[in-house]
Amino acid sequence: MTPHDLWILLTAVLVAASLGFVGCFLILRRLAMVGDAISHSVLLGIVVAFLLTGSTGLLPMVLGAGAAGLLSTWMVELLRRAGVQEDAATGISFTAFFGLGVVLLTLHAGDVHLDTQHVLFGDLVYVPFDILAWRGWELGPRAVWTVGGALLIAGLTTWLFFKEFKVIAFDPAFAAVVGLPVAWITWLQTGLVTLVTVAAFESVGAILAVAMLVAPGATAFLLTDRLESMLGLSVLVGVPAAVAGYGLASWFDLSIAGATATMAGLLFALALLLAPHQGLLARWRARRRTPA
Amino acid sequence: MTWEALILLLNSPNARWVLAGSLLLGAGCGLLGTFALLRRRSLMGDVLAHAALPGVALGFWVTGAKSVAPLLVGSLVTGLLGAAAVDGITRHSRIKEETAQALVLSVSYGMGVVLLTVLARTGLGGQSGLNRFLIGQAASLVRSDVLVIGGAALAVTLGVLLFFKELKLLAFDPEFGAGLGLPMALMDRLLMGLVVAAVAVGLQAVGVVLVAALLITPAAAARFWTERLERMAILSAAFGGLAGVAGALISLSRPQLPTGPLVVLVATGLLLISMAFGSSRGLVVQRVRQAGIRRRGLAGGTPVRWEGEAS
Repeated sequence: MTPHDLWILLTAVLVAASLGFVGCFLILRRLAMVGDAISHSVLLGIVVAFLLTGSTGLLPMVLGAGAAGLLSTWMVELLRRAGVQEDAATGISFTAFFGLGVVLLTLHAGDVHLDTQHVLFGDLVYVPFDILAWRGWELGPRAVWTVGGALLIAGLTTWLFFKEFKVIAFDPAFAAVVGLPVAWITWLQTGLVTLVTVAAFESVGAILAVAMLVAPGATAFLLTDRLESMLGLSVLVGVPAAVAGYGLASWFDLSIAGATATMAGLLFALALLLAPHQGLLARWRARRRTPA
Repeated sequence: MTWEALILLLNSPNARWVLAGSLLLGAGCGLLGTFALLRRRSLMGDVLAHAALPGVALGFWVTGAKSVAPLLVGSLVTGLLGAAAVDGITRHSRIKEETAQALVLSVSYGMGVVLLTVLARTGLGGQSGLNRFLIGQAASLVRSDVLVIGGAALAVTLGVLLFFKELKLLAFDPEFGAGLGLPMALMDRLLMGLVVAAVAVGLQAVGVVLVAALLITPAAAARFWTERLERMAILSAAFGGLAGVAGALISLSRPQLPTGPLVVLVATGLLLISMAFGSSRGLVVQRVRQAGIRRRGLAGGTPVRWEGEAS
């Protein structure tokens, strides 16, 4: 293990942790595909931010991506109010954003040094080469700071609003009746999803971001009935998936993002089979014990 | 674009193949999308497109060929596996459908990326394959590609027409269909199978992200104009075909413009126009209707809805 490997691993672990627990709320609120939609819409924001500022600096990228993520969520809401059903509204808005992003990207292909692949598949391999420096001090890879910061903000927000998040996750109608600002909290959660996805984006790419947003939470959902344990478990599932994915990828020289997504899927499949109460095996045995 | 330029363009055989391919694809997907939309399975197109990547990689690997057919077969196989996985997870666990969709989408895509890195190392050019998979290659369609795409689009269309009545029941009242003794679960799988086929074909032309739009956007646009399924299906196919042709024409008019995204943007434009001016559910008509109700002093007033369809 060189420091090089350690930085990559640390980034992967931070990504897994931040996406995992934010994803739990998406799963409980039945918004899992919104993560996919946001991660595609973000391309437009990144391209526009680059065309406006001419830099691939962190701040313009994150601001552009964040704005695009929220705009596409807003477009979904707009379409929904006009009578388009929710799944279709989601699909329409993210494909439109992505399409516009690709067109802009190819129109300015000459002067844009952003390629679609890097945006969509960001690669952990490059993480240690992009060092954040401040007054001559090397503070470690930029990605560690970005993802770590996003994790901190998401963690603090969830801690502050835990009760609200919990009520809305399980009983939005009740939450509305007791006067909780359901719409605002949904926006807050969408904002958090956008934040952690965008932060994870440049180091792991869009697709792994979606995998780590959904797979650990879904695995945890099969293992427990309590929200608190689900949040903890999602991190406990995400981190080993990241470590195993990294190990597999460096062993066989594969894409780290792809291998991690595969490992996360494998852990989910194991839980689906073997979970103590929700697993297929446990369900089958329970059914056999109680003859209908 | 001037008329002369347009005519010049249409005289090139390559452009004609691209136009024909986009037309067939847009119309076929639009028709099928009607049912996917009403069945609330719009996002399955997106899921299955991503689930096709491992199949594309395998098809590439096994044959080493860059022609459309093996990639098509590969994406059909893993697309069907993906559809079965979403169905199985939803049916046999407490994981909800959207979560299962996002899970299958991202994990199978991850597997595909892993396979592509293996391919890239064996020198088969996984990178170029991936690029093509991402945004499609409609602009470089040749005659043999269009024949495959056209054939598949025609097969999908025929499938829909053949089972129109059953699919209609599936969309509106599956319980009633089951009561009539029709195999509704089988029809649901048929619909998913058709979506898999449409996606596998669409992938070649417009790429993984945008193929979802071919299934969703024209159908959603058609929904604003009518309350009848038959009309909606025809309109949706027409919108899809129009978007295909217009998008292809715009992209052919300037070098470097990608076809897929333009097709999707034209479709989105059609949707926005329909949303404003649609004769049945458009915003203008709704306003006028509400104003009329208010004038007559009637309370409430909801637009007509199909039975079984939530607002």
